[in-house]
Amino acid sequence: MLDIKDLKASIGGTEILKGVTLSVNPGEVHAIMGPNGSGKSTLAQVIAGHPDYVVTSGSVEYFSRDLLSLEPEQRAREGIFLGFQYPVEIPGVNNAYLLKAAINARRKHRGEPEIDAFEFMQLAKEKMKLLDMDASLLNRGVNEGFSGGEKKRNEILQLAMLEPQLAILDETDSGLDIDALKAVAGGVNALRDPDRAIVLVTHYQRLLDYVQPDFVHVLSQGRIARSGDKSLALELEEHGYDWIREAASA
Amino acid sequence: MNAQKLAGVAVDAVFDSVSVATTFKEKLSEAGVIFCSFSEAVQNHPELVKKYLGTVVPYRDNFFATLNSAVFSDGSFVYIPRGVRCPMELSTYFRINAANTGQFERTLIVADEGSHVSYLEGCTAPMRDENQLHAAVVELVALQDAEIKYSTVQNWYPGDEEGRGGIYNFVTKRGDCRGDNSKISWTQVETGSAITWKYPSCILRGENSVGEFYSVAVANNMQQADTGTKMIHIGRNSRSTIVSKGISAGRAQNAYRGLVRVMPQAENARNHTQCDSLLLGKQCGAHTFPYMEIRNPSAKVEHEATTSKISEDQLFYCRQRGISEEDAVNMIVNGFCKEVFKELPMEFAVEAQALLNVSLEGAVG
Repeated sequence: MLDIKDLKASIGGTEILKGVTLSVNPGEVHAIMGPNGSGKSTLAQVIAGHPDYVVTSGSVEYFSRDLLSLEPEQRAREGIFLGFQYPVEIPGVNNAYLLKAAINARRKHRGEPEIDAFEFMQLAKEKMKLLDMDASLLNRGVNEGFSGGEKKRNEILQLAMLEPQLAILDETDSGLDIDALKAVAGGVNALRDPDRAIVLVTHYQRLLDYVQPDFVHVLSQGRIARSGDKSLALELEEHGYDWIREAASA
Repeated sequence: MNAQKLAGVAVDAVFDSVSVATTFKEKLSEAGVIFCSFSEAVQNHPELVKKYLGTVVPYRDNFFATLNSAVFSDGSFVYIPRGVRCPMELSTYFRINAANTGQFERTLIVADEGSHVSYLEGCTAPMRDENQLHAAVVELVALQDAEIKYSTVQNWYPGDEEGRGGIYNFVTKRGDCRGDNSKISWTQVETGSAITWKYPSCILRGENSVGEFYSVAVANNMQQADTGTKMIHIGRNSRSTIVSKGISAGRAQNAYRGLVRVMPQAENARNHTQCDSLLLGKQCGAHTFPYMEIRNPSAKVEHEATTSKISEDQLFYCRQRGISEEDAVNMIVNGFCKEVFKELPMEFAVEAQALLNVSLEGAVG
């Protein structure tokens, strides 16, 4: 579903991605690991279409269509979801309102009727319970005054409600305590589906104890230095990222 | 007008300073409420007009008040008798139709002891290349235990993108909390006019009297909005709240200018002021001029102010969820104004939101 070929991208004139090639198929869970500054988050942002990043060469195809020519909102409506590393606060905008607008934007795009208020509330309450979230968070401003854990859970709530084809989670595990990590992992596992692909961007192996990936890729200096199965993550845990850097430069 | 009737709002329509129709007169008169054009009030209730006209805004108050006092031809008059809660929202709809003219209407609302009234004011004007003057005077009088809630949605023609044409909105609005425990609340949503100078104020004369000012002012393109309030604390334990939200876009300039004055006899006066500015784009400006004159040491006065921009990150976050950039801007702006919109009567809140979206169309791109 997602085919990235020799992708190069920069921000503010600095090249971050220096030729990334990656294929993701429905039903698969990929983990993208790597040290700080290796380009993990950049890859996630470029797929989602952040306007600050400039793609200088290479291609990204999504269901055999040129993804890079689509606006961020079009990509979202086509089923791409990015769980943000730092979810932004939008004061005064009701969390439920944003969520409902997001659901209806996708429904409209697919020619479906809008979700009715009752159905929405039922669904939201059910998903929040699974994520062990306080129902009052629905009526607060978007991420306004949320704790770090609440913000990340809120991302997973949106993920669960929007049911995208391709979910990219950018360091969703960072800064979470063990209970929050388990709740988030549970949310992600519940979304594993033969028609859906999940890409986990993570610095640590920790999340992968709870969400088992089919493939692990290690990004280093803007390229995928190694790919393998979940045992690669364990090797990394043991040897650290220097091991990859040495292997890459050798 | 029919739609308004269905909504259960009594309307007085004033076109080019002439009151053309007042609805629901019979139902209101059953409750003893007088709601009519100024010219009718002069004919039918001269004693009330004489007693209150010019007592809040004297004809020598300022240049535009003097001009209005000299030439005003009509306007709206409201009297709520003692102990009566006005059974419906009262509304005046102002429209400037004629070219090369100004509008100089006058509004006088008197709430007698223990009464309560909510009054809405809407304004529009067609597009014209030349500037037109709107110099109105609004006087509110709240006697003991009375409450007046005055809401405005102002959408005078703001001129074109280059600043040609548009209304000069130089309006004097003042409320007098004359009796103890009285309350006057101003809520305004200002999206129109080329230049606005407007400071709806409260004189908190009565003990325990309350003044409130909730404002959203939007300035886009070449508009200049200079608005705010004055809270004059005279009575003991008088309290005031000011919430001002300014939104600037295009090359517009938006200023909050406010005065909180606590007189020596106003023991335990309290004020809380919150001024927030939101900037859209790089060429607009937001300015805050809070004046405070405190002459009693028991006063508690607070002022909070913020200036923010809609961040790229907020927009991208919404777009990543499938929401278009324009819808995202509207959503964020409406979120910013929420504290003020919730003070508006329901029908007006919806209209105000829609108006805001139209005013800022294309402001971010």
